Amino acid sequence: MTPEELDQLQLEEQQRQQALEERIYCCTAASCLSAGAARVKQALTDEVKAQGLEGKVEVCGTGCMGLCSRGPLVKLGSTGELFGGLDEKTAPALLRKAPEEKTALDACRIDTGAPFFIKQHKIVLANSGRVDPERLADYIAAGGYQALARALTEMKPQDVIAEIKASGLRGRGGAGYPTGLKWELVARQPVSPRYVICNADEGDPGAFMDRSVLEGDPHRVLEGMALAGYAVGAQQGYIYVRGEYALAIERLQAAIKQAEREKLLGNRILETSFQFRVDIRVGAGAFVCGEETALIASVEGKRGQPRQRPPYPPERGLWGKPTLINNVETFANVPAIILNGAKWFSSIGTASSKGTKVFALAGRIRNTGLIEVPMGTSLRTILFDIGGGVPEGSNFKAAQTGGPSGGCIPAEHLDTPVDYESLQQVGSFMGSGGLIVMDDTSCMVDVARFFMEFCMDESCGKCIPCRAGTVQMHDILLRITRGEAKEEDLELLEQLAHLLRETSLCGLGQAAPNPVLSTLRFFRSEYEAHVRDHICPAGHCRMNGRKGGHR
Amino acid sequence: MKKQSQPTDAAGIRDNRERMLERAMSRHNYSGDALIEVLHTAQELYGYLTPELLKTVSRRLRLPPSRVLGVATFYHFFSLQPKGEHTFIVCTGTACYVKGAMGLVEHLERRCNCRAGGTSPDGKVSVATARCIGSCGLAPAVIYDGNIMGRVKPEELDAELARIGVK
Repeated sequence: MTPEELDQLQLEEQQRQQALEERIYCCTAASCLSAGAARVKQALTDEVKAQGLEGKVEVCGTGCMGLCSRGPLVKLGSTGELFGGLDEKTAPALLRKAPEEKTALDACRIDTGAPFFIKQHKIVLANSGRVDPERLADYIAAGGYQALARALTEMKPQDVIAEIKASGLRGRGGAGYPTGLKWELVARQPVSPRYVICNADEGDPGAFMDRSVLEGDPHRVLEGMALAGYAVGAQQGYIYVRGEYALAIERLQAAIKQAEREKLLGNRILETSFQFRVDIRVGAGAFVCGEETALIASVEGKRGQPRQRPPYPPERGLWGKPTLINNVETFANVPAIILNGAKWFSSIGTASSKGTKVFALAGRIRNTGLIEVPMGTSLRTILFDIGGGVPEGSNFKAAQTGGPSGGCIPAEHLDTPVDYESLQQVGSFMGSGGLIVMDDTSCMVDVARFFMEFCMDESCGKCIPCRAGTVQMHDILLRITRGEAKEEDLELLEQLAHLLRETSLCGLGQAAPNPVLSTLRFFRSEYEAHVRDHICPAGHCRMNGRKGGHR
Repeated sequence: MKKQSQPTDAAGIRDNRERMLERAMSRHNYSGDALIEVLHTAQELYGYLTPELLKTVSRRLRLPPSRVLGVATFYHFFSLQPKGEHTFIVCTGTACYVKGAMGLVEHLERRCNCRAGGTSPDGKVSVATARCIGSCGLAPAVIYDGNIMGRVKPEELDAELARIGVK
């Protein structure tokens, strides 16, 4: 396909969609699917046939629409009306004209003027809920692959890097390293071949942003990777996806095939001399593989154990060659930046954190689901306006960000703006975007124990501070939750926390103490109640001698 | 396309699986870098990784057996033990934990008379836990034989157990 043909296809598909009387979008992301979305979509398709509306009304699947707690979600393309909680019996009413059928739907109607929708700003998720992830034409109609066409025909690789640098985009995997700088480092290496890796090993428990992006808009990630390949001079890319994400893998495989067929990936992309292939590597279940050097080892077919850095992957990465590793959300931002310019992107967000961030809201909160907000939005806005607050009858206690590497943020810090630096100041971590709300039924000591158990199980065993330290810290936390710990155990716990942070080899061990340190900082009284009075203030832990110990 | 009649006896099926594994290895040019992909295929075909399988893979990919065993035991996804007829995987990610997933694990352990990660003594049910399956909107979630169940209550697990005849 040439760039002109791409324009032509975009126009044709747009006209085809506009000529339809109605296009019904059914969310077919994992969450809605398990709530029965496939049956709803089938019922609507059958109804279209029964009424003889083929060619006038189209039913299609889309990526995550965000409000997972009300799934399965269905949207009418003509009016933008959104409905939730439909099933195969109620859904066909959407296509019927009788007024009593319409009123029956009112209970399922979702107010799209609610804060959940209007306080969001979508860049990465712009197409989620609007395009069919299984149709390349849908993505092209929404402006897909135009950024790649522009870069290949109008920009030199260094122009692409300059644009990304000027945009202020930072890595969305958690640490927030400036993306443009990383690209420049790789491009500057005198060695080839070079590689591009997309880190889709979304391991944080409570995070499902990358999964939703891959399921809902796989071509956006592929386009971002191709742009990166062009910028850094790589011809081969890998996407390292968690084995648990079967649907994401399936849709990625289909997307790669479609893109190769249309010469948007592979040899002579868009009839230029640029070539770039993407292959999928399926992970086999190891949290540590989210660490870049461990991920590289895993792509090479080895145990996923990290190695000492430097040298960093931009110098020596996959098979010892210069390698660019970015996460899914980072790549998904790239096409929009190239298309709309660095100025547009850097006008969103705060002074040091530009653009938006996708969060997965879960736990004790009304609106669980997927959201995208400008950087700098306060936690209060995210949790109480967009998230709808905690359900009736419970009280907000803490918000957990950053997974096992992050911390718990208490109510008094709810006005913290969400950006890389501010979250670190309150002892937490941006992480990849899992945001879990806890109410007063959650015991913060047990939360810390839960995360330490996770790190203990997932420690790769290479360095001693992490291998032995996580076990010791978990042991102390377990004794505290059982009411068997002594006062000096708290001191030992803190000492171990600092030891792990200072001396572990990789991010897993260095960050493993974070949940402990942050809960000690904000909820120390809960620890003391367990140790001194053998009481769990949340009523969660079973103290020894009462109910026979914690499980 | 003419094919030989499909073998139906147990030995024949085994041959077929061996052939498919061989094909997977040749697709990767018997490269040691493809070890994880090959083990994925082997487990898909056989259900779990037997010592013989690991030896075959090690020989064909020209890797030391220690490296193959090392990789097979490092990753949670690979199983060196046979699984039960049915599998319950309880998600123990943070969202599910906050909404009481540990209670579901205890419930299944008690009902199936085995620890999480194991199989009931009659070989009928395997109980496992997973690190966040990414269905946090549905917490607590359980994967029962490959299907995701959302907002699970112990009674729903009992109903499924009753259906497969676990008392």
